[in-house]
Amino acid sequence: MDEHLGKLRWRCRRGMKELDLLTLSYLDRHYPTASAAEQQAFADLLEVQDPLLMSYMVGRETPTDAAMARVVNVMRTLLNESTE
Amino acid sequence: MSNAYQLIEHNYDVVVVGAGGAGLRATFGMAQKGLKTACLTKVFPTRSHTVAAQGGMSAALGNMGQDLWQWHMYDTVKGSDWLGDQDAIEYMCREAMPAVIELEHYGVPFSRTEEGKIYQRPFGGMTTNYGEGTAQRTCAAADRTGHAILHTLYQQALRHDAEFFIEYFALDLIMDDSGACRGVVAWDLAEGTLHLFRAHQTVLATGGYGRSYFSATSAHTCTGDGNGMVLRAGLPLQDMEFTQFHPTGIYGSGCLMTEGCRGEGGYLTNSNGDRFMERYAPNAKDLASRDVVSRSMTIEIREGRGVGEHKDHIYLHLEHLGADVINERLPGIAETARIFAGVDVTKEPAPVLPTVHYNMGGIPTNYHGEVVVLKDGNPDTVIPGLMAIGEAACVSVHGANRLGSNSLLDIVVFGRAAAIRCAELVRPNSAHPATPQPAVDKILARFDGLRNAKGENPTAGLRMRMQRTMQNHAAVFRTGESMAEGIKLLEEVHAGFDHIGVTDRSLVWNSDLVETLELDNLLGCAMVSIKSAINRPESRGAHAREDYPDRDDEGWMKHTLAWLGPKSEVTIDYRPVHTYTLTNEVDYIPPKKRTY
Repeated sequence: MDEHLGKLRWRCRRGMKELDLLTLSYLDRHYPTASAAEQQAFADLLEVQDPLLMSYMVGRETPTDAAMARVVNVMRTLLNESTE
Repeated sequence: MSNAYQLIEHNYDVVVVGAGGAGLRATFGMAQKGLKTACLTKVFPTRSHTVAAQGGMSAALGNMGQDLWQWHMYDTVKGSDWLGDQDAIEYMCREAMPAVIELEHYGVPFSRTEEGKIYQRPFGGMTTNYGEGTAQRTCAAADRTGHAILHTLYQQALRHDAEFFIEYFALDLIMDDSGACRGVVAWDLAEGTLHLFRAHQTVLATGGYGRSYFSATSAHTCTGDGNGMVLRAGLPLQDMEFTQFHPTGIYGSGCLMTEGCRGEGGYLTNSNGDRFMERYAPNAKDLASRDVVSRSMTIEIREGRGVGEHKDHIYLHLEHLGADVINERLPGIAETARIFAGVDVTKEPAPVLPTVHYNMGGIPTNYHGEVVVLKDGNPDTVIPGLMAIGEAACVSVHGANRLGSNSLLDIVVFGRAAAIRCAELVRPNSAHPATPQPAVDKILARFDGLRNAKGENPTAGLRMRMQRTMQNHAAVFRTGESMAEGIKLLEEVHAGFDHIGVTDRSLVWNSDLVETLELDNLLGCAMVSIKSAINRPESRGAHAREDYPDRDDEGWMKHTLAWLGPKSEVTIDYRPVHTYTLTNEVDYIPPKKRTY
């Protein structure tokens, strides 16, 4: 497997189940076809601490970076489709 | 082959495996005491599952009215359904106060009252005066208590020069011929190298194994790695039949609505709009202990009073509290429910269902954190060089059922206790005995075998079969018949593991191989869990047998020990429950019927 993708997949391992589900769903369904800027934004989002990432997911805070905000908006719609 | 692996060697006084609250508290404490300490963790410390603990940490500080550690002890013993060891419970409840104050001094920003004291909220099962009133005993840092604790302890550990090996996956314990632990072998996921850590004490702080079930509130990282290592080392796990279901997992996703919801006045209703907990627990009502609430909900659903299209869940109401109280006291909850349940809890109830949440069972230890086994008739024989703390361990302070906000307390108190014990046992920078080479070779051979596994069964498929089996056959209510069927299915999954296929042979960021190693750990936990459960013909705490509805103190007030053999066979023996306290400042609390 591609090492970069393997690293991203591991960094989708979060402390909160909610974030496991949303980050993995994005990686599997949207990342492969996302633009380079959005792929980078997703990788950057994975470096964010869990409470802040959760805050982005529930819309309490919004990332200032436009690409990151776009990725967050996609991720926030993913839960209803995702299963374990 | 296995001898082709280059092992990078490290010598430490102590190696801690896991960097959740327990692992970090131990790491920090050991480094502070001058021990050369390493902490290995498969994910970055602040991504440990402790980060998800929002509710808080119990301690009888008495900031919101009179409180006593003896009352806290009584609640914990009763919550445990008299399976908890009362010496350990006394230790935890007494040490709770200094442990919270210490955390405050290290920098955890606890929420405060108007007078500037630590704010304390009610929590299920926490009472005053031996069950008479509702205690306000749970200290919280808003809804980020777990994160605040992790962040603070990680900074403290770094300040005291503890060394972190992050994104290292621990493979197995190095056990010598005398039965002592000499360290651990780990895999660096980023560099693809294998490492041998020698240690005078190896401390397992690897958390629970919620992922052995299909619907759990646990993060994906909760795969029972320490438990799996202990089973492969030929040691038993204790009380693995006791799995806690949290009453308020969100229907569908399994995401958690914290117990703080009910602590702040939330309540449950069925399809008739009844507040049914009034019938099951006339005094405590919605704040009864988790096992009691989960069973009550399950009965309501079974008797046709579930809500929703399929009448298969229950409503949790917060809307009567008003948006201001919800946002002030439960800040994350409204948004969590909006995103993960699709409801606005200021206007409508949230759909919830009992969901696997916590493992009371684990690696048997004494209250110092030392791993103990039954050997030559002595149930408290210490395994030299090996300790366990936190959810991975079974001290046992939670017995058959844990109370909410006693887990953050457990990890901090026993992480600290392990550090104190290590300082007594280990002379800093003392020499290490020779490492037993056959033990290391065996670890490498297993790793190499799985890395090159070419069987027809993909890891994800076997994991799903295990999770479905546990969910269907070892749930809130169990019967011997259903569990026997579950055991048959689980043995098929275990046999399937001999024909597992790993597609990626790489050593760098190979998540397929990590998940296979994790599945091996989970499967071991699941197997001893369901086989311990079918072996216990009584109902106690979280273990509710429909075919044996009563508690049997004469026959079964004892801890189960379960050893796992290579063909998934489980050998069972027992340790007595400690029916004595640590000091004469509190009397032994004799068993009585448990009502709320």
